Amino acid sequence: MKERIPIVEKILSANDHIAAQNKSALDLAGVLGLNFMASPGAGKTSLIEHTIKKLKDRLKLAVIDGDVATSIDADRAAAAGAQSVQINTGGECHLDAIMLQGALSELTLEEIDLLIVENVGNLICPASFQLGTHKSVLIASVPEGDDKPYKYPGMYRGVEALVINKVDLLPYVEFDMEYFQQGVEILNPGLVTFPLSCRTEEGLDAYLAWVEAEMEAHRRVVQ
Amino acid sequence: MHELSITESILEISLRHAAEAESEKITDIHLVIGQLSSIVDDSVQFYWDIISDGTAAQGAVLHFRRVRVEIECQACGESYHPEELDLSCPACGSRDIRVVAGEEFRLEAIEVE
Repeated sequence: MKERIPIVEKILSANDHIAAQNKSALDLAGVLGLNFMASPGAGKTSLIEHTIKKLKDRLKLAVIDGDVATSIDADRAAAAGAQSVQINTGGECHLDAIMLQGALSELTLEEIDLLIVENVGNLICPASFQLGTHKSVLIASVPEGDDKPYKYPGMYRGVEALVINKVDLLPYVEFDMEYFQQGVEILNPGLVTFPLSCRTEEGLDAYLAWVEAEMEAHRRVVQ
Repeated sequence: MHELSITESILEISLRHAAEAESEKITDIHLVIGQLSSIVDDSVQFYWDIISDGTAAQGAVLHFRRVRVEIECQACGESYHPEELDLSCPACGSRDIRVVAGEEFRLEAIEVE
């Protein structure tokens, strides 16, 4: 005899539940959490290095790095002057809230203002898993091509800020900025966007000002 | 690859509810997946066959109900199903929109014996 049991439970409810706990832990300690997502090689780690170097006199920073293997990225963040924790996902293509919870326990949150989580380089899977961070930042880069918003709508729809890195390469590669931004506008109208170059530091100040403004706004909310 | 984590969640939720109902065998699992959720049915099925092996859910049939994207324009109130990637309002062109349906990602029911 068959029996139907109604459930109506979100498939990722366990992840979402832990993500909410992570967010509470960050809020309690007054930490702003940013989730950096991008394809491999877009410049996540370079942008994090610049963020640390420029802001470390004013903010206490920590970085949690997600990679399939190695601690190269966490080492770079530590060398730039931030507390850092490496998560090796051992093959998983994204970070999830449970992995982040483990990494958070290795940090003294009360001693941190800004936490940057560097997700695994991937434009699909990280978009599906909430971590408990406050804002998601997508780092695109000019050599990836101008069609990426059209090809990865899920990622472009779900972020609160967009960095377009490597704009110093615009004269050398085929990248139609108008076409790219049109795709972004369709998916995520009015998305705050920072075209910049980590190499030349062009455009970096506007991005850093945004990070500091978000930090200020977060302080006001949690107090 | 993230279908593995998702399939593990489906198994965990199903087994938990079956145990609560004191059922020994799950025969069917009903999933509701919005078109905006990037889930590949075949991939979930592939992992399912492996990870459900030896559990009360072994051999259970996965049913995928896909939900069309439905948008409500916040400017003019128009309700529509976009066919293309462009989600903007066909009536007034506004991009101030709300996704009413299409982001679902849940387990609706299981059938047990």
